[in-house]
This record gives sequence, structure tokens and C-alpha cells, in this order.
Amino acid sequence: MATSLRTREGGPATGRSASRHDRGEGPFRFLTTGAGILLLAIMAAIAVFLVVKAIPALQQNTSNFFTEKLWTPNGAEPRFGIAALAFGTLISSLLALLMALPVAVGVALFISHYAPRRLAGVLGYLVDLLAAVPSVVYGLWGVIFLVPFMSGPATFLNTYFGWIPLFAGDAVYGRSILTASVVLAIMILPIIAAISREVFLQAPGSLEEASLALGATRWEMIRMSVLPFGRAGVVSAAMLGLGRAMGETIAVALIFPATFEITLRVLSANGNSIAANIANGFGEATVTGRGALIASGLVLFVITLAVNMAARLIVARRSFGGAA
Amino acid sequence: MAKQIEVADLDAYYGSHKAIEGISMTIEPRSVTAFIGPSGCGKSTFLRTLNRMHEVIPGARVTGKIRLEDQDLYGAGVDPVSVRRTVGMVFQRPNPFPTMSIFDNVAAGLRLNGRVRRSELEGVVEKSLRGANLWNEVKDRLSKPGAGLSGGQQQRLCIARAIAVSPAVLLMDEPCSALDPISTLAIEDLIAQLKNDFTIVIVTHNMQQAARVSDRTAFFNLAGPGKPGKLVEMDDTSKIFTTPSEKATEDYITGRFG
Repeated sequence: MATSLRTREGGPATGRSASRHDRGEGPFRFLTTGAGILLLAIMAAIAVFLVVKAIPALQQNTSNFFTEKLWTPNGAEPRFGIAALAFGTLISSLLALLMALPVAVGVALFISHYAPRRLAGVLGYLVDLLAAVPSVVYGLWGVIFLVPFMSGPATFLNTYFGWIPLFAGDAVYGRSILTASVVLAIMILPIIAAISREVFLQAPGSLEEASLALGATRWEMIRMSVLPFGRAGVVSAAMLGLGRAMGETIAVALIFPATFEITLRVLSANGNSIAANIANGFGEATVTGRGALIASGLVLFVITLAVNMAARLIVARRSFGGAA
Repeated sequence: MAKQIEVADLDAYYGSHKAIEGISMTIEPRSVTAFIGPSGCGKSTFLRTLNRMHEVIPGARVTGKIRLEDQDLYGAGVDPVSVRRTVGMVFQRPNPFPTMSIFDNVAAGLRLNGRVRRSELEGVVEKSLRGANLWNEVKDRLSKPGAGLSGGQQQRLCIARAIAVSPAVLLMDEPCSALDPISTLAIEDLIAQLKNDFTIVIVTHNMQQAARVSDRTAFFNLAGPGKPGKLVEMDDTSKIFTTPSEKATEDYITGRFG
């Protein structure tokens, strides 16, 4: 998607006559430029706000903000660090992406290239609808249904795949990183599927015909002409999903047991994230505590920005000129 | 390798709309057969029924019989995928795979047939590119993307891709309509060579082209808007363009309509 949009950025020179230029071009140019500048200004304002509020708290911190795992900013000797929270954010989001991406691409391909037209319309609508469900609903569903339900699959993974460090441990718990990841996966699945579907639908018919005429089956046709065309868009969709997962707050705040451990054991009673920690801690935070939480928000901001930039780099490197 | 095609009483539909009606003809192997006729007369639709590409469009279907030598193309249990491996196709607009190199474009069809050894692939790719009169122009940049070639070169690349899988028949749907005169000439020369090995069917809007490249010509016409297209007559090209049997053919080739 990003590639097809890129060609439209920085609009083309228009060869209109002077009178038409005077009538429409000026105000329109002002409006679009203004909107662009406003966006940049808002971004800058957010960043400045976060930095200004965070600095005093960081100065009172008695520990290293980047390596400390604990989060006790409200006492007389504030001691807090981002390490465990950032780790929890990243691992739960990455796991969610790992689970959601293959399913989302499968759903998108089914809707765009396999399903009969009428069914495809209904399914596409359902996927869009799924994306509109408020996150707190996913969170409640996660706590009330998924947490008890996950003990079965978790025990299975622990018993038979315990040799994989992720699933190791002496006991399994319902409120774990894995459960939160499953909820996140379901939450980001619709957005990835919806964007991927749009990208796959844009795959040029001429290329699909080219592969079919060579004697490709439907799947071979998809592999030869749809997936290479859609790859950049799917990467963008995945990154958008990842960003959403990292910023997700309420759903995971309800599920995470809110510990401050760094562990790969996703079945243990651990897990927390920057956003969940803010939601859980903001109410009873002192001034320093709030500053600390804002500092953690700043870190989330930077991580999200980095992920998006990495995604842009990947898309730019892998895409082919003009996406013809 | 080249095979004869026999069509008997063929109708093709898009949903409930009948696009062509009652077409019967024999297409001889190792020859070039040209389809001419006004826009909308169904000649491209008919061409696409010959390799079962017609039915790729939702709602499209075909009744009647097409035989490729001893094989019934629309017989029960015939896989359209295998038909398309025997009957290759070149399209109006050059459509090389943009993410693939020149080499991979030509090898694409072979790779569909399963794992092929690299040395074998190299042989076939070179042979196909030579067959498409493109080898000398691209032999030093086989790993470069196919989309970087000129339009005429891209179309010859698509022909190389089509002949690489050794089809019996090669269908060409207005292969030169997006090309300049020089590239057109190159493709026409190529068609004259290819007919030694393949049965070639070409749809063209350019009557001079039909006269230059084909041995037999079929003229299609339709009675009016919304009516199905029909085969008016089919004969040796020299006869169609000098003394056609039908009045409609004469009117068309002399430019009185269409």
C-alpha cells in the first residue's frame, strides 16, 4: 500500500490557466499545507510535553531508568526502570504478531482470491466489524473466557513443548504473557487482514493472467503474482498491527498479572507492558510517579516510532519501482 | 509438437450474455491463423476459449467442443491447468513478472512443473530467448529485472516465457497493439519463425499484419450491439484479402466499416 501511495506524494505540477489558478489553487494549497504543518506541530507538542513532564521524575530516580526492572516511583526514594515493562511490551506484541500474521494473510487471500463473490463481501464486512469492537470488550472476554480456557492449551504446550524455552516452567497460569498475546493477536488480526485484502485485490489482473496462462494453479498464481506484489503492503499492515498491539492498554491491563520480571517463560504468572502499567498505576500515582509513567510513555512513543521506521525501510528496500 | 485444433459449434457466455455463437473451424498445425473483425465481435473471447482462459472470469462459461488432436479440451475430468500448459498465450500488453529477473521470467513456467536442475533451466532459458530473438540483447543481464526492458523487448520476453514450456499451440491476443512499428516488425519476423514449431493463432486489429503474417484468416462479425459474435468466413489469407466469398468480409477489409 505504501508504494502505491508514494507516487501520489508531493503532487504533480499542474498546467492550469492563471484564472483557475487564482480561484481554486491558492486556498486549497493553504488548506493542505496547513493540515500538514498542523500534524507536525501536534507530534512535536506531544514529544515536548512528554519530555518536560518526564525530566523531573527522572532526576529523582535513585536507579538506572533503562536497566532497572522494578517500578516503585511513589515512595520517598523513587526507584523505577523501563526494562521489564519494555520487554513485556515487545514480547507480548511480537508473539501476537506471530500468531495473527499468518491467519490474517490467509483470511485476506481467501476473501480476495478464493471465496465466491457474495461470501467474500460478507466476510470482508465481518472483518471490518471485528476491527471496530472496543478493546475493553476484548479485555473482558480475555479475562472471563480466555484466562480459564487457556489452562488446557498451556498445559499441553508445557508438557510436550517444554523443551522450548518459551514454554518451559514448573507450572502454568491462565493470566500469562501467552494469554495476553492471544487477545492481542485477535485484536490486530482484523486490521492486518483488512489492509492485506485491499493490497491483494490491487494485484494487477494482467499478472494473474500471465501466470494462469503458463499453467499455474490458483495457489501458484497467488505465489507468482499476488504475494510478490502485495509483500510491501503486508509488511506495512503487520507493522501497523504491531504498533496497535504495543499501544494496547485496557485489554492487556485486565489480563497481565502486573509483575516486573524479565522472563521468556510465557506460560508463567508474569507479564506487564508499558501501556498496562500506565493504566494500572496512574490513578494512585504521586507527582513523581506520574512523571515516571510519562517517561515510560515516552519510551513507548520511541519504540513505536522505531518500529514504524524499520517497517518503512523494509518496504522501501523490497518494493519494486512503480508497483506496476 | 504442433497440434491441430478442431472447434465444433462453440458458444461462449459471460453470465447470461452470449458473446459468441456457433463457431466451428479447423486450425492447422505449423501455420499461422489470424482472427480479424470489428471490436466486440468476440475474437478475443474465442481465442481465450482455446486455452480455457475464458472461464477465469467469474460467470463465464462455454458450450460446444474443442479438440486438440485427440484430446477433448472441455471433456469431463480435463484440468484447465494442464490445458494451459499445452496451449500457451501471449497478451496484448507485455506482462513480465515485475519482481522477477529476465532469467526467472523465462524459467517461471518450467519451475511450475516441479524442480528442475539449474543446468537444465539454463539450457531451456537460452533456447527460449534465442527462439524469441531476444538472447543477444539480454544475455549479459539475465539477472536484471524484466520490467527494465523496452516494451518490444518485454513482449518478446513474454513470448520466450510462453515457449519455454514447449506448448503445442501459441495464442497471441493482439501482441503488437501496444508496440511501436519497429518492435512490431521484430515480433512479426518472430511469428514467421515460430510457425515452424508451433500452431499459432493471432488476434489482430491490423489487417496488414494479418495479411503479412498469417496463412489462414478467419473473419468474425456481429449482427448488432448486444448480439453474439459469429464466424463469417475462414479461408486462405490470400483469398480473404483478394476474393472473399462473403460481402461482409469484403466490406470490412476494404475499410467500408469497422
